[in-house]
Amino acid sequence: MTETVRAWRHIPQRYNLIGSKCLQCGKVFFPKRILCPECRRKGKLEEINLSGKGKILTYSVIETPTDEFKDIAPYVVAIVELEEGAKVTTQIVDYDIEKIEIGKEVEMVFRKIREAGDDGVISYGFKFRIKD
Amino acid sequence: MSGIVGYGVYIPSYRIKVEEIARVWGDNPKAISRGLVVDEKSVPGADEDTATISVEAARNALKRAMIDPQKIGAVYVGSESHPYAVKPTSTIVAEAVEASPDMTAADLEFACKAGTAGMQICMGLVDSGTIEYGLAVGADTAQGAPGDALEYTASAGGAAYIIGGKNTIANFEETYSYTTDTPDFYRREGQPYPRHGGRFTGEPAYFKHVLSAAKGLMERLGKNASDFDHVVFHQPNGKFYLRAAKKLGFNNEQAKTGLLTPVIGNTYSGATPLGLAAILDIAQPGDKILAVSYGSGAGSDAFSLEVTDLIEKNRNAAPKVKDMIKKKTYVDYAVYAKYKGKLRMA
Ligand SMILES: [Zn+2]
Repeated sequence: MTETVRAWRHIPQRYNLIGSKCLQCGKVFFPKRILCPECRRKGKLEEINLSGKGKILTYSVIETPTDEFKDIAPYVVAIVELEEGAKVTTQIVDYDIEKIEIGKEVEMVFRKIREAGDDGVISYGFKFRIKD
Repeated sequence: MSGIVGYGVYIPSYRIKVEEIARVWGDNPKAISRGLVVDEKSVPGADEDTATISVEAARNALKRAMIDPQKIGAVYVGSESHPYAVKPTSTIVAEAVEASPDMTAADLEFACKAGTAGMQICMGLVDSGTIEYGLAVGADTAQGAPGDALEYTASAGGAAYIIGGKNTIANFEETYSYTTDTPDFYRREGQPYPRHGGRFTGEPAYFKHVLSAAKGLMERLGKNASDFDHVVFHQPNGKFYLRAAKKLGFNNEQAKTGLLTPVIGNTYSGATPLGLAAILDIAQPGDKILAVSYGSGAGSDAFSLEVTDLIEKNRNAAPKVKDMIKKKTYVDYAVYAKYKGKLRMA
């Protein structure tokens, strides 16, 4: 059940990219934080819904994944910089490997993240795809 | 009566050609393509299922409806491929569109007509004043057993409808259903693939219900085929669809927009909702639409709709059916088998 509880706790931020924004300096964080590392105590953090639009900062192609992800290999994992400035590490889906490059615009999609075996909970959440 | 406030669609981007499936099983591709009137079908990626397709479609519907998702009072997802045997898909969708928690939700199952059943429930709840908006989704990742005739058509996709009483892009004029106990197609608990009655699926099943529902609705309204600008039926293949249209007196011009099976296959619970969406993508204010679903087991839901002046307002706020059809990557049978989980992994 630990796995289930862990998956459940992350639902809001995994489904809808909910991060936090420091009202003092304007910096945006994902995942959510409780303290702004710049402003420390002077900062005030507020939850924000991130737009899900951004661009690829860097990426790498995973050719030999763990057994669990064999059915989706080879796949691309990228660091995406969101419009709001926060960075997320994410899988890029439905891509043509040739077309992936740094700076490409991407948008959030909703996908299956992992399955805890054949009888366990299914985790869903954001991944990204290249914008047409 | 209530109407559609927004609609959205999703079709996975992978495709497999009928030719490729026929090659694997030694069938004649031309004969199959011509017989079924299907050229290729959509294939879900390994990380796509009915929940992810439903969420994408629902988010697109919200882009067009431009309403506060918190005002959605009911979420229904109709499918015969819910990811869990026990645990609703509808709660995943509700959470992903930020409609929860002040709402009701349930998963519906009635072979390929569970999506339109959800639309009828939302209509009732809106008309009675119980809820302000309802979200009804029809989506599937259909499975055909390897080598079975169904494998040529069973595909994936879905459409979502936000139903409400004001600012509608199309209004429901009437709905009528025709339902009997007919075991033409079924899947027992724990079985990976459905069984079907071969020829039994035609006349006493699909045609009897689709034609009866369409005729019943038109009789109630005192209308006939020529009173509608567009018509869409459930479409297990292109052949049944075209024959149903002809039998009811509709011409090709009225029937062509809603027919998607030749290029994406049979999306089961998604089929009639997706066909209706393709019509809404191009409809003009004042257009009259007849939509008739079919679910094995068996029943048909028929709807008469009239398009309003608001149809063009947010039309481009979300991808159209045509855009989703165009965006495609072909896979071969081996990759298709891997994505669809047909391979037994060590
Ligand atoms: Zn700060």
